[in-house]
Amino acid sequence: MKYESQGVAKLYFFGALTLFSAQLVFGLLGAILYVAPTSLPDFLPFSVVRMIHTNALVVWLLMGFFGATYYLIPEEAETELHSPGLAKLQFWLFFGAAGAAVVGYLFGYYDGRSYLEQPLYIKIGIVVVALMFLYNVSMTVLKGRKTVISNILLLGLWGIAVFFLFAFYVPSNTVLDKMFWWWVVHLWVEGVWELVLASILAFLMIKLTGVDREVVEKWLYVIVSLTLFTGILGTGHHYYWIGTPAYWQWIGSIFSALEVVPFFAIVIFAFSMVYKGGRRHPNKAALLWSLGCSVTAFFGAGVWGFLHTLAPVNYYTHGTQITAAHGHLAFYGAYAMINLAMFTYAMPQLLNRAPYNQTLNMISFWIITGGVAFMTAALTLAGVVQVHLQRVMGMAYMDVQAQLGMFYWLRLGGGLAVILGLVLYLVSLLAPGKASAPASASYVPAE
Amino acid sequence: MSETLTKAAARNIFYGGTVFFFVVFGVLVADSVTDAIAIAKVNPITPSVAAGKRIWERHACFDCHTLFGEGARFAPELGNVWLRYGGDKDPDGARESLKQWIKNQPTRVEGRHQMPHFDLTEQQLDQIVDYLRWTSRVNTQNWPPHISG
Ligand code: HEC
Ligand code: HEM
Ligand code: HEM
Ligand SMILES: [Fe+2]
Repeated sequence: MKYESQGVAKLYFFGALTLFSAQLVFGLLGAILYVAPTSLPDFLPFSVVRMIHTNALVVWLLMGFFGATYYLIPEEAETELHSPGLAKLQFWLFFGAAGAAVVGYLFGYYDGRSYLEQPLYIKIGIVVVALMFLYNVSMTVLKGRKTVISNILLLGLWGIAVFFLFAFYVPSNTVLDKMFWWWVVHLWVEGVWELVLASILAFLMIKLTGVDREVVEKWLYVIVSLTLFTGILGTGHHYYWIGTPAYWQWIGSIFSALEVVPFFAIVIFAFSMVYKGGRRHPNKAALLWSLGCSVTAFFGAGVWGFLHTLAPVNYYTHGTQITAAHGHLAFYGAYAMINLAMFTYAMPQLLNRAPYNQTLNMISFWIITGGVAFMTAALTLAGVVQVHLQRVMGMAYMDVQAQLGMFYWLRLGGGLAVILGLVLYLVSLLAPGKASAPASASYVPAE
Repeated sequence: MSETLTKAAARNIFYGGTVFFFVVFGVLVADSVTDAIAIAKVNPITPSVAAGKRIWERHACFDCHTLFGEGARFAPELGNVWLRYGGDKDPDGARESLKQWIKNQPTRVEGRHQMPHFDLTEQQLDQIVDYLRWTSRVNTQNWPPHISG
């Protein structure tokens, strides 16, 4: 750690891992309700379980982004954070708001749309937290060195805050409501979040492979250009059947199909940097997560996204388990994995240790990733059967569900593996390693 | 990355292109917004429809059901449930069946997905039905393929 104030990232990473654990527990409860619907008490209906699962997901990913930003901005800007105290206060406000929201959900205090169930005062709290954060990092960048990585990262983070404002717009016209709901959901994950993903990955590539900054920066511009040129009009793939005009079927199909390109570019970028760089960083687990992130994001977002993005296909698959399969692999590959990569890279330095428990960490990589891939496969099969019976044959929803039990059991099994993997990951990150050998002397961190 | 593309050029392409695509998107969305507002002229959003939508949000029906294919995938599509209950032919019958259905939950049938009991007044039940009748009249480009949702 080069700058004292990078230390605040630790708080964010612990908070994120706590919420990730909660997310998985509630995901498991949701999977249980699919196979044993009467097994949980009445205060835990599927709806509440699902909103805690998805909200915990979004909040821990954002918390990880905040922590990653606080970690990398001082190194990029070559200066201490503007205010570490404010960063700590911001953390506790955010963590407190998340806790209050979850407790509230259990008592029936929710209101809104999918992913945006937070009561109004929590949403306002989120805006306050975002402003504190943006003020703090923007001030830091303004007083220090300005790099392409920090510019793109900041642009992405400001974009996250700006598009979140559409969470407050809930018109009584459902068609309008749905159109702008996607301005939060789609323009986040297939727009500004990808900027954050690409810049964190670029930072990790410089550190882990020692490749020249010039090269990385050009790549970064190319990736984020491809992202926004396809992703903005790609929003059209959600405007097919919600009461909007038919021209979106063309625009959405064409541009969202092209969204695969930036995800492919990310894979090429990550692997060619490793190939070119030649530096052997001792934290091999962090490199595994980084490369794994690029590949899994390509499969989850790119391949599984393309699978159902063309309007004539989406007509049949829309809102089935195919969507759930894609949602899991894409969110995990792109956004969970980039966070887990960053935690793996930064935690040894934050805890002042050499990279340790590498083998265990890499085992957890394979178990978690394998578990999510297995869940995705089970849901994809469930989705194919569902599409056939319900959308082609016209069978009733509930009759079709009765045919899908086996796939839901398999999904539950995959989920258990993911939880086991997370436990191993946490142990590898937090338990003091026995092989706390000092980093090899020849190793010098990249600039 | 090739030498022909300088960093400054890459940056300009990024910012310029982003603005361009966002403007195009904005124009198309503006057209669709006009269209959506026009829908409300032929299919008016009465206070009761709006109140029904608020109940939908307040009770997170979307965290089990889909509506126009969006939401969760744990329970049947409801955008066209009004038609599924024959609302176009026998509106009074459909209204009664839908209200009765909601009042009768949960079924507690072993192995069958459950819908919770919601404490809704007669008026609120009418509002939710009015809302579902409204959604059934939206032109969703013939989606879903079958009335079963
Ligand atoms: C916890 C999950 C859950 C929530 C929340 C929920 N439902 Fe349901 N709903 C279901 C399930 C499951 C079924 C199918 C039950 C069955 O067929 O036995 C269902 C069925 C229905 C049906 C009948 C659909 C048909 O095709 O026969 C209607 C109407 C309905 N729900 C309305 C609502 C409304 C309105 C709300 C919000 C106030 C709501 N539901 C909230 C789970 C839920
Ligand atoms: C990392 C990036 C991505 C993430 C995190 C992501 C996540 C999701 C999620 C969670 C949903 C479900 C939304 C809901 O609740 O209804 C969804 C829907 C969808 N996604 Fe993605 N996605 C990503 C990228 C892509 C890409 C690149 C494509 C296209 C190539 C794509 C195509 C789709 C389509 C077509 C739907 C609608 C499914 C339906 O009709 O039900 N996604 N995505
Ligand atoms: C223990 C492992 C997990 C289990 C058992 C699980 C289970 C579930 C269930 C049952 C749903 C509700 C699906 C529906 O609406 O019908 C869901 C939704 C969702 N989960 Fe998970 N999940 C797990 C892990 C994850 C992970 C690791 C991620 C991403 C990093 C994730 C992201 C999502 C998203 C984005 C949704 C909302 C989109 C959707 O409904 O498909 N989940 N999950
Ligand atoms: Fe999308």
